[in-house]
Amino acid sequence: MNKQIARRISKQTWGEWSWGWFLIAPTIIGLVVLNIIPIIQTAYLSLFKSGDFGRGNIYVGLDNYRKMFSDVQVWHSVGNTLLYALLVVPTSIAISLIVAVFLNGKIRGKSIYRTIYFIPMIAAPAAVTMVWRWLYNEHFGLINYLLSRIGADAVDWVGNPKLSLISIAIIGIWSVIGYNMVLLLAGLQEIPKDFYEASDIDGASRFRQFFVITLPLLSPTLFFVVVTSIIQAMQVFDVIYMMIDVTSPAYEHTVSLVYLFYNNSFKYSNKGYGSAIVILLLAIILIITFIQMRAQKKWVNYM
Amino acid sequence: MVRTNRMPRYFVHLLLVVGAILMIMPFVWMLLTSFKSVTESTSMNPFVFFPSVWKWENYSEVLRQNNFPRLYWNTFAMVALRVVCSIVFSAMAAYAFARLKFPGRNFFFGLVLFQMMVPTQIFIIPQYLMVDSLGMRNTIFALLFPGLVSAFGTFLLRQFFMGLPKELEEAAKLDGCNIGQTFVRIMLPLVRSGMVALGIFTALFAFKDLMWPMIVNTNSNAATLSSALAKIQGAYSVDYPELMAASVLAIVPMLILYVIFQKQFIEGVATSGGKL
Repeated sequence: MNKQIARRISKQTWGEWSWGWFLIAPTIIGLVVLNIIPIIQTAYLSLFKSGDFGRGNIYVGLDNYRKMFSDVQVWHSVGNTLLYALLVVPTSIAISLIVAVFLNGKIRGKSIYRTIYFIPMIAAPAAVTMVWRWLYNEHFGLINYLLSRIGADAVDWVGNPKLSLISIAIIGIWSVIGYNMVLLLAGLQEIPKDFYEASDIDGASRFRQFFVITLPLLSPTLFFVVVTSIIQAMQVFDVIYMMIDVTSPAYEHTVSLVYLFYNNSFKYSNKGYGSAIVILLLAIILIITFIQMRAQKKWVNYM
Repeated sequence: MVRTNRMPRYFVHLLLVVGAILMIMPFVWMLLTSFKSVTESTSMNPFVFFPSVWKWENYSEVLRQNNFPRLYWNTFAMVALRVVCSIVFSAMAAYAFARLKFPGRNFFFGLVLFQMMVPTQIFIIPQYLMVDSLGMRNTIFALLFPGLVSAFGTFLLRQFFMGLPKELEEAAKLDGCNIGQTFVRIMLPLVRSGMVALGIFTALFAFKDLMWPMIVNTNSNAATLSSALAKIQGAYSVDYPELMAASVLAIVPMLILYVIFQKQFIEGVATSGGKL
C-alpha cells in the first residue's frame, strides 16, 4: 500500500520534471546555441587575427588587446560612447519625468499627448536619422533656416567635429523621451493619491511634494529607466552609422564602440579585433551595471 | 486656499504643445520634403514650406528603383516569425520557470538572466558565422535567426505567470487536467496581456533593427526596410526628396499599426516596464 503511494508520487514528480524540461527545452537550446556558445566563441576569436577572406585565422594570443589599448581610435570611441550616454541619459530622463508629472495630473488631452510623444519610438532609426540629417543640413536645412530668421549664422551640425556628437545626442534624446515617459507615467500612477492629499493638508508646496513624495516613491521605476537607458546608450550605433561616414571629419569625434566594432568586424573583416572591441564593451557595461547596483541601495526606496 | 506655487494650467499646456510639435515636426518635414522637387527643397530665398506642386513622381521613382514589395514582405516575414517564435517558446519556458519544480530550474533560469545582461553585439559575429556556414545568408531564416528564442520574453512572461493565483492549478488538477492541459487551457489565456506586450516589443525592435539585416542579408532583394534605407542613402545622397519618400514608405507600416493599436502599444510598454 505504502509502496504504491510512493510510486504514484514519484510518478507524479517525474511527470512534472519531464514537463518542465520539455517546456524549457526550445528556449534553453536556443539560448545555448545563439547566445552562450557565441559568447565563448567571441572570447576565443578575440585571440586571433582574421586574415582576408580565405586566409584563415592566425593565433595571436593577447595581441588584439594590446593593440586595442594603444589604439587611439578605441579610446576615442570609448570617450565618445561615454559622452553620448552622459548627454542623452540625464537629459532624456529629466524631460520624460517632467512630461510624465504633467500628464499624471488632471489634464485634458492626456492620451493624445502620450500618443504623440511616443511616435518617435516606433519609427525606424534609419528613416529618422535621414530626416534629421536633412533638418541639420548646413545650407538647406530647416533648422539653419529658422536660425537665419533670428539672425544667427548657419551651423554645420553634422560635419563640425565639435558639434556632431551633440547633434547625434539630440536625435537620441528625441527618440527615447516617449518611451521613458510611458514607463515613468506607469510608475507615477502607482503612487497612492492619499499621500498627496495628506501633504496638501499639511500645506506642502507642489515643488516640495515632488521631492518628498514623488521622487522617493518613483525611485524603483526611475532606477529601472536609468539602468536600461544607460545600457541602450552604451550600444548606440544606428544613428551614428546613418549620420557619419567613415570619411567624415567628424568620424573620430563621433564613432562609438559598437560602430567601431561593426567597421572592424564587417567592413575591414578583422573579426578577431572586432571581437576584442566587443569584449571591451561588455566589460564596460558590466562595470557600470555593477556600480549602479551598488549605488541603488543609496537612493532607491522599495516600499 | 491660496496656492501661489502651482503652475497655471495654460502654461503646462503650452509646454506640452511645444513638446508635441517638436516630436512630430521631423515627420511632417519628411512628408513635405518627399513631395517637393529638388529645386524647391533646396530653395532658401524664398524658403519653401509647402510644395507648390505635390510631386508624386518622387514616390514612383523610389518604387521603380527599389523593390519595395519585396522589402515589405521580408520585413513582415521577419517580424511575424520573430513574434510567433518569441511568444510560443517564451510562454512555454516562462510557465515552467514560474510554476513547475524540476532539477536544474535555477541553473537554467540563471542562463536566461545572464543572456539579458550581455550586450547583444557580442553574439553577432558567431551568429553570422553560423548562418554563413549553413549557407543561409540572404534568406528570411537569416533574418529570423537571432530572434528564434527570447530571454527577455521568458523573463517577462514568467513575471506574469507568477502573478496568477496558485488555486487555479489545484482546481485544474482536481478536474483531471495534466500539466500540459493546465498550461494551455487555463494559464495561457490569463497572461494574454503579457503576450501582447511581448509581441509588440518584439515587433518594434525587429522592425527597427539595422545592424543584423545589414550584415547577414547583403543582397538588396533580401534586405529589410531599415537595411535597404541605409543602402538607398548611399545611392542618392543628394536627392533629399527621394530619400524622404523612401523614408516615408519605410515608416508607414509601423505607423499604421501604431495608429490602430496605440493603446496596446503604450500599455504593453507600461506593463512590461513595471514587471521587470
